[in-house]
This record gives sequence, structure tokens and C-alpha cells, in this order.
Amino acid sequence: MADQAIGQSRPQAINLLKVLGPVHVWALGVGIVLVGEFMGWNYAVGKGGALGCLIAMWVIGLLYTCVAMIDSEITSTVAAAGGQYAQAKHTIGPLMAFNVGLYLVFAYTMLEAGDVQVVGYLVQIGAGDLTGSAPTNWQPWVLLSLMILAWLNYRGVFMTLTVNFWITFIAFLSIIVLFIGVEPWNPGKILLHKDLLTDLPYGWLGVLAALHFAIWFYLGIEGTCQAAEEVRSPGRALPLGTITGIITLLIAAGLTWYVAVGLLPWEYVGWDLELAPLYDVAKISGSKFLHIFLFIGTLFSAIASANGCINDASRAWFSMGRDRYLPVWFAAVHPKYRTPFRSIIFLIPIAIIFALYVPLAQVITFSILSGLLNYTFMPINMWKFRRKWPLGTIIRGFEHPFHPLPAAVLLALCIATFFAVYLGYGHQLLAMMLFYIVASIWFVVFRYKYVRRADQFTMPWPRPQGY
Amino acid sequence: MWDILEWAAWAVSAAIFLWMVYDAWQVSQKYSEDTLISSREGVDELVEKKGS
Repeated sequence: MADQAIGQSRPQAINLLKVLGPVHVWALGVGIVLVGEFMGWNYAVGKGGALGCLIAMWVIGLLYTCVAMIDSEITSTVAAAGGQYAQAKHTIGPLMAFNVGLYLVFAYTMLEAGDVQVVGYLVQIGAGDLTGSAPTNWQPWVLLSLMILAWLNYRGVFMTLTVNFWITFIAFLSIIVLFIGVEPWNPGKILLHKDLLTDLPYGWLGVLAALHFAIWFYLGIEGTCQAAEEVRSPGRALPLGTITGIITLLIAAGLTWYVAVGLLPWEYVGWDLELAPLYDVAKISGSKFLHIFLFIGTLFSAIASANGCINDASRAWFSMGRDRYLPVWFAAVHPKYRTPFRSIIFLIPIAIIFALYVPLAQVITFSILSGLLNYTFMPINMWKFRRKWPLGTIIRGFEHPFHPLPAAVLLALCIATFFAVYLGYGHQLLAMMLFYIVASIWFVVFRYKYVRRADQFTMPWPRPQGY
Repeated sequence: MWDILEWAAWAVSAAIFLWMVYDAWQVSQKYSEDTLISSREGVDELVEKKGS
């Protein structure tokens, strides 16, 4: 197959390789997200206090549980790269699909830029703490980590996500070890919840504002869908990987909150200038082992997240190219490594520019806003999917219970979270909406004429009900 | 020492990026565009079972 060269007729299809299992799906989803347990979530404490953050963590946990259930059902049936983009194409239509594709590419590319920025800072902080001398610049480490990860992605998805599994596992293990290390069975000895926990410092409005940053605990679990075309058994692996992924994250979020607010005052956790609250907790625990292990865990979590984001952004971009929503040149698959190599290379300079020149908070806000827009599409997607293809009309790998309750809850929580984001980042939210409106106009006026309309619907399903 | 390591990081990053660009260029020369963009969206084995 890979020997098909210029001049030969009837080229055989070069497809993405179907080599992944549930473990890789778990590694992709949890790998992208786990960095949010090590940093970022703590700004929710700054907005709503420790208990306000806990409430926000539960509420947003519910939002993401709905996301995981909905995604598991639809993507177990739509076995295509692009995840929610491919779902939108089948259930709603081209304009929605184009927007969802852009949400995905922006959410993951921005998160990837933020992750490698964090890697650069961590090398400086960790080297200073552990060796006594630190590098002058963080930028070389940003670039080095990004290039190594891009190279890994370029060379093949199996090795990429196998590496992601191990570094994600070690990062998750570091949270468990830290939890055990602070002796939770001995309250008052190391953990001082009784002294440190306060009432809601800014009332319920603070809790609402905290929803924005509580997203960090789970942002990116929906990325499991991007592996749909490369798993051996989508109907089994995607629901299994996604559901175990969200369970892992709910546990990790709970442990993270419990340890951090039990050792540090909420005012410090909420405005942590040292970047990573769990690493700070390890530093003040007095254990050199925990100090080093949490540095490794924090660094690995950022690397795993960037790695998964490169994978996901390139799949979404590749899928849009394949459907001619973008130039079809991006739809090329490497004949040897079976990866969307042009999409991977094309997105690298964009991530570098954002990583080197845009502040971390701005980059992450772009990612969160694009993610939120994607989540808002999901309930509509779910309603359409069940209405057009009711249970029993097509085979599903997973059927989520209580429909339409999860979709309704998801929509309500998305609206509440948009309001929370508007409180702190109203201008960015409006700028982002404007960008997507302009991009939509470009798509309708200039791009859609190149799309082969009949080719978009690829799933061998029966005609939808009502058509 | 960090100065040397920083320069090494820049150099390794540039080398990796150039390797990827070179490999992509080589692949584009060796294979026809029709072959490279010939992939089709995957089909779930559950659907295949139903169809068979």
C-alpha cells in the first residue's frame, strides 16, 4: 500500500491506523486534562473561596459527566476522526460542523500552547528549587518540548498515546502519593481543614464566578472522541476510555482540592504566584521525596496534555481538510507512519507563536471559551441524534441513560458558566464570538462551494426519521 | 552550564522541525497527491456487523 508512487494508476487508500485500545483512549482524555489538577483550578478558590471552589468543582463535574455520557453514545456510533466535528456533520449540518471543527482546533491548539509555556516555567522553577541554579530563559524549553511531542505525533499514534499513558499514569500516581503522604487519616497533624476553611468570602456570586476556573479540573475529556477513527473497536473502546477517564478525573479533582486547601490558606491557593499549588503543597510537606515526585508529576501532566492536544487538533484539522471545508492538502496521511502529517506540521508554528508571545491566562481563556462553545453544541447534537435515529434504528456501542435529562442539565450548566466567564472575561468572550461569526460568513460565502455535499455523510445509517 | 543547555535546546528543536519538514517534502515528492489524500472516514465494526 505504501509503495503507491507517482505514475501508477488506481491508488489504494492510505487510512489512519486502527491500533488503539481503551487504555489509549483513557490516556488521551485524562492526559489532556490532568494538568488542570496541578494548576489553574486554584483561581476558582480566588473567586469563591475554598468551599465555593468545592461547590463549583461538583457543578462542573456534573457538566462534564453529561459531556462524557453524550460523547460516549454518539462517538461510539460515528467512528470518524474529528470527533464532535464529524458528529455535527451527520446530525446538524455543514455550518455547525465547520464551527465545531474550529472550536476543537482552537481549544486544543491554545491548550497546547499553554501547556508548553508551563513546561518552560516549570523547568526554571524546578531547576532553581532542586539544583540551586536555574536557566535564564524559559523559551528554549517551550520549543524543545513542543518539537519532541510534535515529532512523536508525526511518527505514529500508537507510540504517542502509549507514552501518554505512562506519563499520565505517573502524574496521577503523584497525586495519590501526595494524598497518602499528608496523612488524611490523621486530621490536624498535617492537614488543617478545621483552621483553614472559611465561609463563602464573596457569597454565591463568588461561587458562580468560580465555575469559570473549575472547568480546569476537567477541560479536554471530550478529546477522547478524536481517536474514533484509530481505535480497533470504537463501540467498546471509546465509551470505556471516556467513562473511566471522567471517573479518574472526578477522583483526582477531589483529592487535589482536599490536599491543597488543607495545607494552604485559601487566599494563597487562590492567587498562587508559584503557578502550581500541588507542587507548593509538596514543598512545604517537608518531604524531599514528595517535593521531587510532585515536580515530576506536574511536569509530566503538562507534557501529556500538550501531547494529547497535538494529536486532537491535528485530527480535527485533517478531517475538515478531508471534507474540503479547508484545502484538501491538509487531508494527507503519511504512507509510512499513517498520521495526518501536514496538519501536524501546519499547527506547530501557530502553537509556538501563542506559547511564546501570549500570556498564559489569555491563552487558556481562548481554550476554555472554545471548549464551552463546543459543550453548548452537544445537547443540541444529542437531541437531534436521538430524534433522527431513535434507539433501535442504528446500533450504538453505548446508550446513555435518562435522556433528555443529561442534555438539559448540560445546556443549563453551559449557560451558567458562560455568565461566569462573562463576569471576568467579557471582552474576550465577545471577541471570540465575533471571530466565529466572521469565520462562518467566510465559510458560507467563499468555502462551501468547494465542499462535495454528497460525500459528507459517510455513516451507513438508514434515512433519518422525518426525512 | 545552562547557557550551553539552552543553546542545545534551540538547536535540537530546529533540527527536529527541519527533519519533519524535509520528510514531509520527500513524501510529497515520492507519492501522488491522490494517494496521499485517499483516506476515507472509518466505519465502526458494529455497523459492519449489522450490514453483514
